[in-house]
Amino acid sequence: MAAPQFEVPKLTGYIEVPAVKEGASAHVKSFPANAAIQEIIGFPAGSAPGELVEDWHDKAIAKMGDLLGKYRSLQVFMDACVHCGACTDKCHYFLGTGDPKNMPVARQDLMRSVYRRHFTFAGKYFPSLVGAKDLTKDVLEDWYTYYYQCSECRRCSVFCPYGIDTAEVTMAGREILDAVGYGQKYTNEIMGKLHKIGNNLGLPGPALLDTLEGLEEDMLDATGVAVKLPIDVVGAEVLLVTPSADFFAEPHVESLMGYGKVFHAAGTSWTLSSKASEAGNFGMFIGSYENTRRAAMRIREAALELGVKRVVVGECGHAWRVAYSFWNTLVGVGAGGEDPFSIELQKQLDPRYPAPQHICEFTYDLIKQGKLKFDKSLNDHRVVTFHDSCNVARGSRMGDIPGGQFIIPREVIKAVVNNYHDMAEETIGESTFCCGGGGGILTDDLLEVRVKGALPRMEAFNNVVQESKVNFLALICAICKAQFVKVIPFYGFDMSMVGGVHQLVSTAILLENKEEE
Amino acid sequence: MSFLTVLYACIFYAATAMLVGGLVVKVNRYARTPAPLKIPTTPAPTTTGGVVLRMAREVALFESLFKSNKWIWLFGWLFHVSLLLVTLRHLRYFTDPVWFWVVWAQPFGKYAGFAMVAGLGGLWARRFLVDRVRYISTPSDHLMLVLLIGIGLTGLGMSFVAHTDIVAVKDFFLGLMVFDLRPLPADPVLLVHLSLVALLMVIFPISKLLHAPGIFFSPTRNQTDDSRERRHIAPWATKFDVGSGSKSE
Repeated sequence: MAAPQFEVPKLTGYIEVPAVKEGASAHVKSFPANAAIQEIIGFPAGSAPGELVEDWHDKAIAKMGDLLGKYRSLQVFMDACVHCGACTDKCHYFLGTGDPKNMPVARQDLMRSVYRRHFTFAGKYFPSLVGAKDLTKDVLEDWYTYYYQCSECRRCSVFCPYGIDTAEVTMAGREILDAVGYGQKYTNEIMGKLHKIGNNLGLPGPALLDTLEGLEEDMLDATGVAVKLPIDVVGAEVLLVTPSADFFAEPHVESLMGYGKVFHAAGTSWTLSSKASEAGNFGMFIGSYENTRRAAMRIREAALELGVKRVVVGECGHAWRVAYSFWNTLVGVGAGGEDPFSIELQKQLDPRYPAPQHICEFTYDLIKQGKLKFDKSLNDHRVVTFHDSCNVARGSRMGDIPGGQFIIPREVIKAVVNNYHDMAEETIGESTFCCGGGGGILTDDLLEVRVKGALPRMEAFNNVVQESKVNFLALICAICKAQFVKVIPFYGFDMSMVGGVHQLVSTAILLENKEEE
Repeated sequence: MSFLTVLYACIFYAATAMLVGGLVVKVNRYARTPAPLKIPTTPAPTTTGGVVLRMAREVALFESLFKSNKWIWLFGWLFHVSLLLVTLRHLRYFTDPVWFWVVWAQPFGKYAGFAMVAGLGGLWARRFLVDRVRYISTPSDHLMLVLLIGIGLTGLGMSFVAHTDIVAVKDFFLGLMVFDLRPLPADPVLLVHLSLVALLMVIFPISKLLHAPGIFFSPTRNQTDDSRERRHIAPWATKFDVGSGSKSE
């Protein structure tokens, strides 16, 4: 690991609220997108990356007006904040950097000051009284910096007395920036790969097949059982849509093998899809309804073409939020549709199961039915804790009851390991801290805020490592996995401590050879 | 009829018109702007009844604020509950005969004035003492507290220090409600009190006081968590469905 160009925070045993340090992270800026990247996803570009289009001022204001008319969240959130300060110590990026513009209210105010100036009576006539500001290039620079130091984790929205969700403001801010040619390279480039190739990593179909065959061989060697990872099988019961990282890197592939073993043990016919080879959907990160929908259409199309009865989603946090909360709206993967578009798909899906279903829900159901056998002692070398991923915790659900998203993954873990310890109450569940890499931040040009933003989670993790000898951080999110693998070494932990929930399942599950039909 | 009476009658008619008109415009905009995606902050209720309960807890108890910060909750809740009691007590100046429960609320409302000012004082102190809150405070945030404290102190002054001719004040307002101008006492403390209240009414719909109607329209708090069971789609988004069958590209 190369020496970092910044000071890594020291773990103290407590999550401390820092003093305000103006401009502390103003220098941390991700690379802007070039014209080719912008074009693929339908956005304009200036004369060079980071340059604004002509008429940027009027276009930005027009876009803001458009969004205020389309999204009640934005309209209400711009008006309702009273500057009470409840959110000021809730953001992991503020806790890690001390930069006051990383306080949720201040991040919102970057836009609210412009909203007031251009859209409200008080801001038009008494700007300095209400903190209203003209939209200038400097303001847009601040937007770019700080809207890409927000992981849209929604922790602030839990604590706001009006439920103001900074993620909504960040998404709108990014959408306005995109509309004037100032996109972020990382997110927008990945969005384009997803549209063109079918997954975020840009893995073409043949590479996917190779990987899956290799993993099948690995599993055969390790277990003596022929566990399959089928792809593009027409007529399978279940379509599994998982983040493409699961096909590519450690520790992600361990969970993919875990899913395969669960399907094998349950005897459920299932398939991956080369068309829908990505559960992730960065369209949400940039607030783009059109891009989010276009990416989700791949799942709808794959489900229709393969004729599957169920759609199950692998371990990925924001993907599960998009799937659980938005797929029904965007592309009709769900139930209760009354229009031809959604009925076309929904009449094909099995109404006995929720659509979509999380892989943890799928596995949990099988565990409750006694269809899976485990030898928990195979995980005895591990002492496990579980990190609630922000988008799962605060933007979705699992199971039938509110909060099922906290219960079900833990029940799955406890069914396969003997040693489990939760982190401190105020850092899990709905109060969970983001890993620091979500929402379009998982890029090396933002490494400093990623490391500093991970501080609250690292404090809580360190405490269970010290007190309970925890040595495994179980995750259900590809971004969390990639972020922690990169970041926990800065805090003195080994990257092998990071892994997936279905990696634990994979270790403990007992398999039998199935007869080939 | 004195100039003063006519002036204050005009002020209150204008302030009422701006308050009601401004709120109608704003609430109308909130109600008509679609919420295209399901974004309740989860865990969220799965039924409408559950959402009503969640909203009731939020509005009556400031549940989320309680989770967040006990000091802000204490001062904020104290202020709002006191303001409610004080406002209910003030209904006696607009009703004749006075409703029985307003009579019942009278003593609570009278002393709630102190709690209201105390709560506001606590909130104002935070704007100076906590560096994070100091950073986000604008001049209008301070002035809003000054305005409310001013209303509270002038009101307390009339209740406990220098009584005004309250019978005449009531007569003035009962008259206003039937468009009959009756004399308003020329008591300086009363005039300041009434001017500040009128100012509050005017700025209500153009300021952060919109948090009051706003919370009822906040999608993170007022949506049911039923996205898998019901298709939720905004009118502007339905156009994407048309013509896009199983093959879009």
